[in-house]
Amino acid sequence: MGPVTLFHYLTVAAILFTLGAVGIFLNRKNVITILMCIELMLLAVNINLVAFSTHNGDLAGQIFAMLILTVAAAEAAIGLAILVVYFRNRGSIAVEDINMMKG
Amino acid sequence: MISTLFFYLFAFMTVASGLMVITARNPVHAVFFLILSFFNSSGLFILMGAEFIAMLLVVVYVGAVAVLLLFVVMMLDINYQSMQEGFRRHLPLGLIIGAVLLIELVVLFSGPETTLGVAATSGERSNVALIGDVLYTDHIYVFQLAGLILLVAMIGAITLTMRHREGVKRQNIALQNARTREESVTVMQVESDVAPQSILPDETKSRKVLR
Repeated sequence: MGPVTLFHYLTVAAILFTLGAVGIFLNRKNVITILMCIELMLLAVNINLVAFSTHNGDLAGQIFAMLILTVAAAEAAIGLAILVVYFRNRGSIAVEDINMMKG
Repeated sequence: MISTLFFYLFAFMTVASGLMVITARNPVHAVFFLILSFFNSSGLFILMGAEFIAMLLVVVYVGAVAVLLLFVVMMLDINYQSMQEGFRRHLPLGLIIGAVLLIELVVLFSGPETTLGVAATSGERSNVALIGDVLYTDHIYVFQLAGLILLVAMIGAITLTMRHREGVKRQNIALQNARTREESVTVMQVESDVAPQSILPDETKSRKVLR
């Protein structure tokens, strides 16, 4: 085992990002799992930002990681609120039923 | 050496629990594996010297987002078994796309630039103090923007989920404050030995004298 380099962290982030993307494909019917997969992808982005920030000795990456964390938390709150309202109106959260706007 | 060992431990646990998030049949288990994944990635952040982001991750995700997810999963009465139907059908396509994406990313990252070691943090001042130095000076607009996003999200979530059911008595403070003395209090001259006619029941109204 050699020393841990930037490549190791980027690989972990790439695997996490891929897991999030594949999870959206596999759990196409479950909105809650799709939300969790988006959280995984945002976590991978955060790992990338912080790894580059530490590698370059520049704190701007960690500031942006904080901003992404904020956006992820807001997105989760809004997404779950929409989910609760949708379930209250329709009695189901199946993704294929969400076609009221004919988009 | 010990940090290398911990890196592999945290990385393996993060990836393994991430895999369990997308394959778990029970969504409650998926949420718990998501929490585990975030815990281990905060370990990765500590190894990179970003202690503040690591603690923020634990507080925000484990304290807020995971509880929110668990609350919604347990509150909605859904048959989660029927949601697993497309899993096997989409598996080949998902694996192909995942493999392509992963190979692309790793090839992209494996350049000569990224084989340099991750720089150790300066021991002079802590990571939190350094972030505090730049967050309120150079990146003040980013900080304010984050606060604005949180405010908008809070108002949006409250507006979305608030509902007014019919037949529920609520306090209307504006109506209460708008009342005047004239419309709510009536001063009456009550004769002695005579019943006040307006408050008597109808059958007794004819007999005016009580005694």
